[in-house]
Amino acid sequence: MSENTANASFMEKRTWSRFTPMERTARFLFYFVTVAAIVVSAQTIEIIPEFLMDAPEQIGDMFNRMWPPALSYYPDSIHEALLETIHIATLGTLIALILAVPVGVMVAENVTKNKFLNWFGRLILVSSRSINSLVWALLFVAILGPGPLAGAFAIAFRSVGFVGKLFGEALEESHKGPIEALEASGSPWFSTMMMGYWPQVLPTFWSVALFRWDINLRESAVLGLVGAGGIGVALNTALELFYWDRVAMVLISMLVVVGLVELLVTQIRKRII
Amino acid sequence: MTSSDTTTAVQRRYKPKRNWLATISYILLGVYLVYVLSLFDVNTGRLADGMEHGANFLGRMFPPNFERYNLLIEGLLESMQIAIIATTAGVVLSLPVGFLAARNLMPAWVTWPARLLIVACRSFHPVIVAILFVKAVGFGALAGTLALVVASIGFIAKLFAEAIEEISLKQIEAIRATGAPFGSVIIFGVLPQVMGRFIGFTSYQLDSNLRNSTMVGIVGAGGIGGTLFAAFQRFDYDFVSAILISIIALIMAAEGINNIMRRLYR
Repeated sequence: MSENTANASFMEKRTWSRFTPMERTARFLFYFVTVAAIVVSAQTIEIIPEFLMDAPEQIGDMFNRMWPPALSYYPDSIHEALLETIHIATLGTLIALILAVPVGVMVAENVTKNKFLNWFGRLILVSSRSINSLVWALLFVAILGPGPLAGAFAIAFRSVGFVGKLFGEALEESHKGPIEALEASGSPWFSTMMMGYWPQVLPTFWSVALFRWDINLRESAVLGLVGAGGIGVALNTALELFYWDRVAMVLISMLVVVGLVELLVTQIRKRII
Repeated sequence: MTSSDTTTAVQRRYKPKRNWLATISYILLGVYLVYVLSLFDVNTGRLADGMEHGANFLGRMFPPNFERYNLLIEGLLESMQIAIIATTAGVVLSLPVGFLAARNLMPAWVTWPARLLIVACRSFHPVIVAILFVKAVGFGALAGTLALVVASIGFIAKLFAEAIEEISLKQIEAIRATGAPFGSVIIFGVLPQVMGRFIGFTSYQLDSNLRNSTMVGIVGAGGIGGTLFAAFQRFDYDFVSAILISIIALIMAAEGINNIMRRLYR
């Protein structure tokens, strides 16, 4: 053997290289495609230079109009809309949790031992996630009519994919020990779920729920732009009438709520999980 | 073991201790659910109406109408352009911001403003940022691009700063000990440690920008979203379903490319 290696090193000077030629070509192709995509996009994107030159002036003008924010607008219409936004986000998250549990169970391969059901669950999750919440809102506005209920359903249907995926993964990662013990004692399926799996995935479940609630609050703020209720409606009205001071007030109140919710969520997380 | 012991053992049943905090939370959530449903005026009649509308709506969406495919392709191309340029610009701008925000490399008076900038970029939904940019630079792809650049800075710079804060300082010390200037410390000490993760962040952000670039059109910031919104308002539901199918196909294709790329750079 040693003779062999000696022979090889004598015959050809072997140089160490990090990648195989295949990998090198693939990487080169990848760089090439990336650069080409950037160059082509930059060349073909429609940008009107006058607008770009004008931008600093326009931004200055916008801030001028925004200042001072219309404080009196808050009690008039923002407060109620803000509460509605919070309700939309919370109701949407709750519906999503209720819908996500069966789908999560369906997706988890160790719980549901049926390939078709697994696949079907995954299809539901993927389609939920690949449609943006604004599109869901457009759909539900067309179905249920404009209003916060459409917003809540939009939030719920968008969140099912997220919560269901993480819940299913948590189920798949749960320890086998308690489940085997329960099954050995002859416990029926439902008891195994409640006593074996549920306690194990409980912390993940609620932390995912909290995380999604935080995201949903931000998302539900824009749903009003397509008529699905909440603070977005107030924003849209102010924008259409060019009341920039009211727009500023809406944005400030949104910032405050998002900040408060983030504080609340971190506190709950610290206490419970 | 006496016999009395075994009888008590048999009689003893497992009774889990009730977690009162959890019980009360569940009850409160249930009460809240009922309250909000009544607040939003949900009743069976309305839901039944909704079902009927929904069936009607789905019926009109099918079959999808691809007749105006050049409008569709134009919009999708513009969305892709927005996503690619916004990701590139966002990455280029995130590098310095991320460095400035890393607390192990920079003094506090530098990291605070940088962190504030990152938080400001993250605080609003991209669509709302797009509204502001539509006012600033007019309707069109530029507004959408700028809005997504802001979103990218908020995400990549934050993760980048966190990645830099987790690096091993031994290599930095070694390079500093050779008397290297600050620039060399960055290039030879910091960058090699974070570059691998940086590619991951970029690919994730490209994905997210692509999703959002199909939406910013709703407020007039370019891309397929404008076409989608217009089709909705004109009740062209068969065109709507065609647009939705193409958007989903685009996003899935991007995810596939992302997976290939990740395998390439593993």
